[in-house]
Amino acid sequence: MRIDARNLDYRELNDRIRQAVAAGEKSFALLNVNGQRYIGDGISGDIQIAIHGVPGNDLGAFMDGPTIRVRGNAQDAVANTMNAGRIVVAGHAGDVLAYGMRGGELFVRGRVGYRVGIHMKAYRGKRPVVVAGGTAGDFLAEYMAGGLLIVLGLDRRPGEPLVGDWCATGMHGGALYVRGEIEPWRVASEFASVRRAVDADKQEILPHIEAFCEPFSLDADQLIRDDYLRIAPISPRPYGAKYAA
Amino acid sequence: MSNTIARRGENTASEAPAPKPTRAVRAPIYRPSDFLWSRDVERCALCKRCVQQCGFDAIRWENGPVADPAKCVGCHRCEAFCPQKAITIAPNPQFLRPHPLWTEAHRKNLWIQAETGGVLLTSMGNDLPYPILWDHLLLDACQVTNPSIDPLREPMELRTYLGRKPDRIQIEMTDDGPELAEDIAPSLMLEVPIVFAAMSYGSISLNAQKAIAMAAQELGTFWNTGEGGLHEDLKPYAHRAIVQCASGRFGVTADYLNAGAAIEIKIGQGAKPGIGGHLPGEKVSAQVSETRMIPTGSDALSPAPQHDIYSIEDLRQLIFALKEASNYEKPVSVKIAAVHNVAAIASGIVRAGADIVYLDGFRGGTGAAPTIIRDHLGIPVEIAIAVVDEQLRQEGIRNRASLIAAGGIRSSADAAKAIALGADAVALGTGALLALGCTLCQRCYTGRCSWGITTQDPALTRRLDPYLGSRRVANLVRAWAAELEEILGAMGVNAIESLRGSRERLRAVGLDSTTMEILGVKPAGAGA
Repeated sequence: MRIDARNLDYRELNDRIRQAVAAGEKSFALLNVNGQRYIGDGISGDIQIAIHGVPGNDLGAFMDGPTIRVRGNAQDAVANTMNAGRIVVAGHAGDVLAYGMRGGELFVRGRVGYRVGIHMKAYRGKRPVVVAGGTAGDFLAEYMAGGLLIVLGLDRRPGEPLVGDWCATGMHGGALYVRGEIEPWRVASEFASVRRAVDADKQEILPHIEAFCEPFSLDADQLIRDDYLRIAPISPRPYGAKYAA
Repeated sequence: MSNTIARRGENTASEAPAPKPTRAVRAPIYRPSDFLWSRDVERCALCKRCVQQCGFDAIRWENGPVADPAKCVGCHRCEAFCPQKAITIAPNPQFLRPHPLWTEAHRKNLWIQAETGGVLLTSMGNDLPYPILWDHLLLDACQVTNPSIDPLREPMELRTYLGRKPDRIQIEMTDDGPELAEDIAPSLMLEVPIVFAAMSYGSISLNAQKAIAMAAQELGTFWNTGEGGLHEDLKPYAHRAIVQCASGRFGVTADYLNAGAAIEIKIGQGAKPGIGGHLPGEKVSAQVSETRMIPTGSDALSPAPQHDIYSIEDLRQLIFALKEASNYEKPVSVKIAAVHNVAAIASGIVRAGADIVYLDGFRGGTGAAPTIIRDHLGIPVEIAIAVVDEQLRQEGIRNRASLIAAGGIRSSADAAKAIALGADAVALGTGALLALGCTLCQRCYTGRCSWGITTQDPALTRRLDPYLGSRRVANLVRAWAAELEEILGAMGVNAIESLRGSRERLRAVGLDSTTMEILGVKPAGAGA
């Protein structure tokens, strides 16, 4: 189903999608998308949505299964509290991506902004995966409670840091991998430890890097040969000793 | 002594290395216990029941029960279950020399911190003797010229709708008679102006939550999941639930959002304004883990702010994300702690699209909070209701959202006064737990509640029968409802709607003029 989103309010656009999904429609092409929020919010099932243009905030929030492909950039709060599904962004994406994300995948070819992966969490068979092709901003993996975050740092400008400051603050679960080196002071050492990724680690991330590379025609075999750092929490109970009774 | 100035982290030769910071110093400090435990040896049947009943391991068996007063929290479980009524728990008479500044509580807290170096935790509501404004407000009654109404024979209306009301009613005539021209926004219909406060599974036991959920269903009102998700066993009561979405997003899925009757964004809590929640790993049992959708034993951390909400615009974004996820079929509530600037904040929340604003005063309860936060942050809910109601009226947007007031509603009188000040309904948290047998020992954070209310230990939670518990909670609310009808009748009105925001029916005793001005209430003795 093709929907021309030009001059459509987000509410009308999303209402049309919801009604079509209820009627059994499985595939959508949204044309001329220009900042409409909440696309894919709360929808579930085996549904494909191709977005031409720039979707607005909260793309795929609370989403449970569908696949969204964005031809352009995405804005803030993509994959907010997402439960399952896949979101692939060809351009850059904004701040607070994957907040509280519990499952599924978010692949961003370009850079990602601040506060990515806050309180991502894994549960039983669910393990959310976020791969950023470019660099990431401050507060990456803040309060991270589970899942996998991978920052590849492709197309870095000279002097551009791979990740921002205050990385892994409050981290108490999951793992963060970065391709390349980061200055130790960027990582909150009271919460997380940093070490060089070994072969077993690379085995862990390889399938996700392959899945990331596929839609962007990148060479996963090439990327996995590089050096990675693995950043993981020191304790699942970072504040256990802070309180007295 | 050398004059050399050492750079940080660098010892000069003459300087002794700094001692390493140490924790858990067991120095011999005298700290009298809060309680003394004693038994009447002649009456004691040596049945060991007190040993079994204590959730805090304060009583051991040495040819008879022997108590460690330092561990006794004064919850009276052993006393209540002693078949011989042989146990007495009393305040420890070995009190410290009184000092008006360095109270016993200050000294005891300081000693614990000197030992542990930790932030002190506590539970339930603020227990310091701040003025209680409810006790300075009196309700009006009818005499001679404005007859009262007899609630024993006249119908009394307590039904309350929570949610957005239209700016104006437009009616069009159809063949079937007059009809509303526009749809009314979704709202909650309550048979009593009382809902249950948010208490998560994790902070309270499943049996406690179930008791409250069942009572809500029976009473025609609503319970609140808190931020712990919705347990499978409570799905039959989901249509009577307000489901919470907080910063930890525990158990929040599209199904969860659509299961409830309304959705609540938790920004803050009266007992701990501005700080996050923190369910310690040892309370994250297999069942709690399943409901919150996190691994067992991991801390369930709710960050202090929701890191996607730094402004009213951001809040609006989440409100509408939730409305989109629930197809605009559920009212969205925003819960905040009552703080200094509450009126402007509430105005922003309403303008952001919230259908309900939940105001939690500084006396509100908690499963666990730092004592220093609970006891010193926030403002009274009485003030918050008055200033928020006034601000929304001044801006002409009072109809756009309903107000729920919470944080120390102790009786139907407090509820009536809250509604007269401008609240649409009140929320009951501590009151509901008291109805389940809580004695307010304030040790919920330990997870050892002997009454089975704020614990996840199966040996303790099975002590609380949800069916019997729901009877007690429902009884309490029914009693308050009957009292509210009595109050309304005495005031000469037959609907709670007529009392709502009617501050003219309140008078103040013993309040200063500024406080009265803020409350919008005249002093007792001032006529209409």
